[in-house]
Amino acid sequence: MDLPRLETILSRYEGESWDLIPVLQDIQDSYSYLPKDELQVVSERLNVPLTQIYSVATFFKMFSLIPKGKHQIKVCLGTTCHLKGGGRVVESLSHRLGVEVGYTTKDMQFTLETVGCLGSCAQAPVMMVDDKYYGRSTVDKVPKILKLYK
Amino acid sequence: MVWKISDETAFDTLGEEVRLTINGIPIRAPQNQSLLVTARANGFEIPTLCYHRDLPSEGQCRLCVVEIGEHPHTQIVNSCTYPTSPGLVVQTHSEKVMQARRIVLELLLARTPKAKLIQELAAAHGVYESRFKTDDPEELCILCGLCVRTCREVVGVSAISMKGRTPDKQVATPFLEKSPACIGCGSCAFICPTNVIPYTEKNGVRTIWGRDFELQACTVCGNYIEPKYQLEHWAKITGDPVETFFVCKDCR
Repeated sequence: MDLPRLETILSRYEGESWDLIPVLQDIQDSYSYLPKDELQVVSERLNVPLTQIYSVATFFKMFSLIPKGKHQIKVCLGTTCHLKGGGRVVESLSHRLGVEVGYTTKDMQFTLETVGCLGSCAQAPVMMVDDKYYGRSTVDKVPKILKLYK
Repeated sequence: MVWKISDETAFDTLGEEVRLTINGIPIRAPQNQSLLVTARANGFEIPTLCYHRDLPSEGQCRLCVVEIGEHPHTQIVNSCTYPTSPGLVVQTHSEKVMQARRIVLELLLARTPKAKLIQELAAAHGVYESRFKTDDPEELCILCGLCVRTCREVVGVSAISMKGRTPDKQVATPFLEKSPACIGCGSCAFICPTNVIPYTEKNGVRTIWGRDFELQACTVCGNYIEPKYQLEHWAKITGDPVETFFVCKDCR
């Protein structure tokens, strides 16, 4: 366990139970998932039962208990993107990366996910890699986008 | 370590007496008492599945819904989590309420078609079959959360919790592993209204949530009392030597 890394995150907060979600978000950002041993320490430090942490960690989609890839690909399948062919973009990505939705590639480079709405319906279909948006994405654009991260 | 639910939802601060109307009958009750408790205290029966008087209400089952306000500005609320207030007008069995309850029962019947409790309650409301799809015909858990709350509030250890979100929500131990917090008391299995929590006692060993607990025999009569681990937990709370608890309540 990387204790200094966890201590850095915990030192930003006052150690109250309501700091749980921000702490988990920081751990998720830093580790790309929520490691079990770290959650045990968080439970002791924030005085929140491990059961409660497990409940929160499994409830929100942004948290993951298994390691995620270096880059996270989110394809929007909201109403507009769905109608504009978001499904085809997912299929193409899944085919090119060789993973199903929700899984991570073997080389731990990419995690493929679908989301409800990314809030940019005007640019449908939208996909996101890490923090960057790719609007009006098409099956043809998929290899070009992936190339930027390989 | 006791995880306390926020005070706003617990209604543990009752205010002054207020006047309200339930089914047209004027009633007096302390302010901030839940509508469910108020109605039951005055003889109006409201069906519930997730309510227990010793546990904080969470409004999980939605069976206790009542209609508040006056026509046409009425609202359906959970009576177990809604506080009394001056002049409130409440209907416990209006057409709107009964319709809401029937839908809740229909959904529950689709989730747990084999649960006897749900079948009986549904039949009492005139619901015999469900329009909704059944995912798992063997499912018995209604996700009322009584076990989770009992473990947290009454036992005070919090060994189980809800995992995930619907439709995959379930009661589970952290990481689906053996929970180190569990003391093997079996309170969760006792409180479960549909008897879905697996629990066995065989040759002096109690198995619950995947863990085996050695049962302590009474030093006088030899009958099994409780898991040794649980008695050690009691000893830790009370500060008494653990041997104090090795005599069952009949032999004391």
